[in-house]
Formats: sequence, structure tokens, C-alpha cells
Amino acid sequence: MSRSQALVLRDLSFSYGTKPALTGVTFDVRPGSFTALLGPNGAGKTTLFSLIARLFEPAPGSIAIEGVDVARAGSRALAPVGIVFQQPTLDLDLTVEQNLRYFAALHGLPRRLTDARIADGLEALSMPDWRQSRVRELSGGQRRRVEIVRAFLHEPRLLLLDEPTVGLDIPTRAAIVDRVHAICRERGAAALWATHLIDEVRGSDDLVVLDAGRVVAAGSAGEVVRRSGAESLGHAFDRMTRSKAAAP
Amino acid sequence: MSTPYWQALQGIAGREIRRFLQQRERFVAALVRPLVWLLVFAAGFRAALGVSITPPYTTYVTYDVYIAPGLVAMIQLFNGMQSSLSMVYDREMGGMRVLLTAPLPRWFLLFSRLFSNVLISILQVYVFLALARLAGIDPPANGYVAVLPALMLTGLMFGALGMALSSSIHQLENFAGVMNFVIFPMLFASSALYPLWRVQEASDTLFYFCQINIFTHAVELIRFALYLEPNWPALSVVTAATTVFLLVGFWAYKPSRGMLARGPRGD
Repeated sequence: MSRSQALVLRDLSFSYGTKPALTGVTFDVRPGSFTALLGPNGAGKTTLFSLIARLFEPAPGSIAIEGVDVARAGSRALAPVGIVFQQPTLDLDLTVEQNLRYFAALHGLPRRLTDARIADGLEALSMPDWRQSRVRELSGGQRRRVEIVRAFLHEPRLLLLDEPTVGLDIPTRAAIVDRVHAICRERGAAALWATHLIDEVRGSDDLVVLDAGRVVAAGSAGEVVRRSGAESLGHAFDRMTRSKAAAP
Repeated sequence: MSTPYWQALQGIAGREIRRFLQQRERFVAALVRPLVWLLVFAAGFRAALGVSITPPYTTYVTYDVYIAPGLVAMIQLFNGMQSSLSMVYDREMGGMRVLLTAPLPRWFLLFSRLFSNVLISILQVYVFLALARLAGIDPPANGYVAVLPALMLTGLMFGALGMALSSSIHQLENFAGVMNFVIFPMLFASSALYPLWRVQEASDTLFYFCQINIFTHAVELIRFALYLEPNWPALSVVTAATTVFLLVGFWAYKPSRGMLARGPRGD
């Protein structure tokens, strides 16, 4: 498997009982790229993220993170990965700082480095004053931002973000998308961003379109639109996912 | 232990202890339950029920002295089930995903979580033993130290049992029902509240159940350790049961089992 790619998926399949959720999914995520994983609800995006994060095991297929086979290496393969789950995962009874410290400890960050990165992360997302706030007291958007700070805390080289802007207002969504793009640019980290919102995808982003558990298009967002012959990504997406829309 | 493991253990223990300290009601409830048994139930039966010389006791003991080790085991049993509830809650609320996607072996992460809850249960036990001493339950001073390894082992056994059970509970709402089927039979069909020879006088079948009940062995391990006596059969049973429950728990949380797929699912 190629060491030059941040993430390599090959012929990945998964079923819930007899119901297939993913079939032969194959694509790469380049280092430093922002890759949008676009698909309608039920396309298999969260299942795919769960497989990469080792919450399930694929059968058959393979996943390699920076050239390390996840099935063989186990949890160790997740060291360069930062994850924002679709479902909120902060501990509501702890403060923002306590949540971040807990995560830093799980990833083996020394205390001083943790202090500095918590300060920097909260500052970058304009929330230094919330450090001692209990998570329960924060709004949905604020909690999401804390989760993003947490995912960046150990400076991951691969970010997995599963619909991280669901439920947020438009300015907050735009700010988070900008921030992740900036991190990819500045730190060379790769991001795999699952979404069903067309406006979160930029023309220069890499794009993988998932529909009914299969990859129906992959390439740069601009290329995908050109190849489809559609006027815009929205139209191209509608054409590519028509099978689902037409389903009873 | 190398640094990342030690840091992770500290982080997990710190989180569990902080959560426990913030839930004062949980601490009070954990103490009130055995104290009610000791100060109300046992006091009522004290006059009627004495316990003749039964190992490890070298003299006739009063009923409240007899049930104190059983109440210690009860604290640990309830704590183990509380830990199970907390795992089901974390699975539903997403906390378990954060834990299990850390770059450390899954068995270590789960064990660290169990161990953290054992530390909390031991804290509760010592507070209970201090209050029980004020009520006249005074085992040998060295017994308070000798009982510590036994408490570690029994706490791990109940925690591991809770972890294994949590894998079979798919929704938080089902928790109370499952626990009723676990806690009460374990507690009442054991030597915690009455010596087994008295049970045998009443029913051979119940006596048999009490003998195969792991809670009986946990109680006896604690009782003997508290009175500075070894109990090898109890130690063997508790060690074997702890090993089995840990293996079942680790297996239940393997990625191939897709445990974390349960609950609210995205796409």
C-alpha cells in the first residue's frame, strides 16, 4: 500500500446483517488535501467513518492510514487520526478544559504541550473564555467547535469529520469549513469531510460521491462537474444520486 | 508502564473520579444503602440472630458483625453495576467512541476504565468501614490493609461482569430490568446476609445455588481477608470468574462485534 497517501481504501464492503451498507468502496485521500465525501442520507458515510475508526471491522476490503494497514496494526494505526463524530461525544458534566485534557491524555500528550495546544485551539476558534465552562452550558454550535479543537489537539495528519456542521447556523458552518481548509493548507493535514450539503464543497476540493454504499464519482470537484456535463455541483449530484431519489 | 499507557490510565481515572465527585448523590446513595442494612436491618435482627463460631470468626459474633463483609461486597456489586450503566450511557452518548478510538489497545482502554471504577468503589468501602467501626464493627487493624487486594479483585470481578452485561444491554431504558435479574438473586442467594449452614437447614436447592453464586465467594474472600485469614477456594473462584468476565467483556467490545454500531445510527 502506498505510503504517500494519507488514507487508502480498497474494495471496502460492509453489511448490517444481510443489508449491504457499503460495496467495493475504493478511493485515496492525498496528504494536505480537503476531500469532501458527498452523499445523501443513508449513502453509507457514517458506516465508512466507523470502519476507518475501527468501530467496526470491514469484510472484505482494506484500509491503510499513512501506509499502515488498519486491520493488522489495530488501534496503533489511529495515532495520526483526529475524528469529529456525527454524534456529539463531549462529556456534558465536565468543563471544556477537562474534556480536552482527557482526550490529550488518551493520546499521550505531555501536560505542558496540552496546556499550550488547548490555549491555541480555543483562541483559534474564538473561545478562550469558555475554558472553564461546563459543556452542558454551551450551545450546539459551541460544543461542535470544542469537538473540533479536540480533534486537532494532537496535531493529526488525517482528519475525519462526519457531518461536523449539522445543526449549525450558516456563519458558523462557513467558519468551520474555512478553519479546516486553513489547517490542511498550513499543516499539510488531510481532511475527509462527510457531508450532504453541496455548499460545503469548493471547486478545488477533492470529491468522492457516495450513493447507496457505492462510489459513483471521484476526482476534483471541478472535474466531477465537468465529467457529468452538469452546470453545477448541485445538478451533478442530483444526476449521480438519482437512483436513490427514484427508489420507492 | 510506558508513558502513553500511564498517561491514558491517569486520564481515564481522572475523568471517572471527577464524574464521581460531581455526583454527590451517587456517593451518598452508595453509603446509605449498606448503612441502612447495618444500622436498621442488622440492629433489628441482632437480638434474634447471633452467629455461632464460623470461620474466620474464632468466637460467637453478633449479626451486624457477620453481615458487614457482605455489605462491603454489596457496595462493590452496586458499583460494578453502576459502572455498567455508565458504559451503556457512554455508548449511547458517544463517550465510548472517544475512548475506543485512542491509539492504544482496546483491552487496555477498557481495563483502565474498569480499574478506575474499582478505585472509586474501594474509596466507598473504606468510608463505609470507618462508619461501621463507629457502630462497633471492629475487625483487626491489619485487616483493613489485608482486605485491599481482595477488594481490588472482587471490584474487578463485578466491574468485568458489568462490562460483559453492558454489551447485552442495547438501550439505557433496559438497564434497570436487567439489573434486577442480576443484583437481587446474587445478593440474596449468597452468604452475605446469613451463613450457608442456616440456608441448608431451610433448603438444599437454595444452598446449592448459594454455593455456585460468585457473590458468595466474593463475600467470603472479603470476610476472610478482613479477619486476616486466607480463603483459597474463594480466591480461586473469584480469580477465575474475573478472568472469564474480562475475556467476555473484551470480546464483546471487539470491532468485529460492531458494539458501537448500536444506538442512534447515522448513515
